[in-house]
Amino acid sequence: MRRVKLFLPLVVFALLGALLFRGLSLDPTALPSALLGAPMPEFNLAELNRRESITKDDLVGKPMLVNVWATWCYSCRVEHPYLLELAEAGIPIVGLNYKDEPEKARQWLVDLGDPYTTVLSDTEGRLGLDLGVYGAPETYVVDAEGVVRHRHVGVVNEQVWLNDLASFFTDMPAGAVQ
Amino acid sequence: MKVASRLGGRVNKHGALLPVALMVLLSLMNRSALAVIETYEFSDPSLEARYHQLSQELRCPKCQNQNIADSNAPISRDLRALLHQQLEDGASDQEILDFMVARYGEFVRYRPGLDPNTLVLWGGPAVLTLMGIAGLGWHLSRRRRAPASPVVTEHEREALRARLRDLEAKESQ
Repeated sequence: MRRVKLFLPLVVFALLGALLFRGLSLDPTALPSALLGAPMPEFNLAELNRRESITKDDLVGKPMLVNVWATWCYSCRVEHPYLLELAEAGIPIVGLNYKDEPEKARQWLVDLGDPYTTVLSDTEGRLGLDLGVYGAPETYVVDAEGVVRHRHVGVVNEQVWLNDLASFFTDMPAGAVQ
Repeated sequence: MKVASRLGGRVNKHGALLPVALMVLLSLMNRSALAVIETYEFSDPSLEARYHQLSQELRCPKCQNQNIADSNAPISRDLRALLHQQLEDGASDQEILDFMVARYGEFVRYRPGLDPNTLVLWGGPAVLTLMGIAGLGWHLSRRRRAPASPVVTEHEREALRARLRDLEAKESQ
């Protein structure tokens, strides 16, 4: 009994160590979307370039990325070239221009290229609020039934695409973008 | 008064620099403090009280360990504006919390509801306290059951008696 007791601190240390080691690989800022597995919220917003109003029903039908961006968001500029690559490969990306000035946003797309099939102009941030957006950039995967499947907060790059996003697009010819 | 006289003492040594520097610093502090949090007009003082209470309880989704009352993040500003509007529209506390949780998850509350995810959070302290009490009880009962070992053995007692006799013999000499 006494022998066993001697090893107690070691056991406690090992458990604590395992716990803390696990903590090292966790991202404390990762916040699961409250909408996972729930239908994307309804909306009725103006299209940035075509100036017609778009509702959820106009978009739903095939898996797509919904990318929240703004001209005031520096990281959006960082991820922009990779979005262009994804669009080139045939991945449908819907842009959600979040709390931005439409004029500036249009100029941004002219200057840097337009990866979006549709850009929703959410100047008031209403759809952003309903989606639970808390900063840009954020990227959501919405499936063919209009259900939110995944949320990525931060820049989308090749690693993020391959690890987290690509698996939702395997049915599409461009599902395996290298 | 004491502070004032001490400041006065410094002025004699260093001229008027210190009070002026203090005034400049204080005025800067005031201005930045005002710039951080906007103010809202409420139609009813009770709404204002609920605004303060709810903005302390709602957590900023962006900045992890601040409530939306303290945070200067854009999302917190938006949520405060939304909270103000919902209160003025006559929403109940529960409706407002449900609205926020539906969008940002239980994370957004500093007092999350009881569900499988928050079970450890709510039950943890009680379980740890019970474990502590159980451990203490076990320890105490074990100590009571153990045969009381004599503080001084018979052998030591004999040695002490002998020493005492020696001392008494010395004293009587």
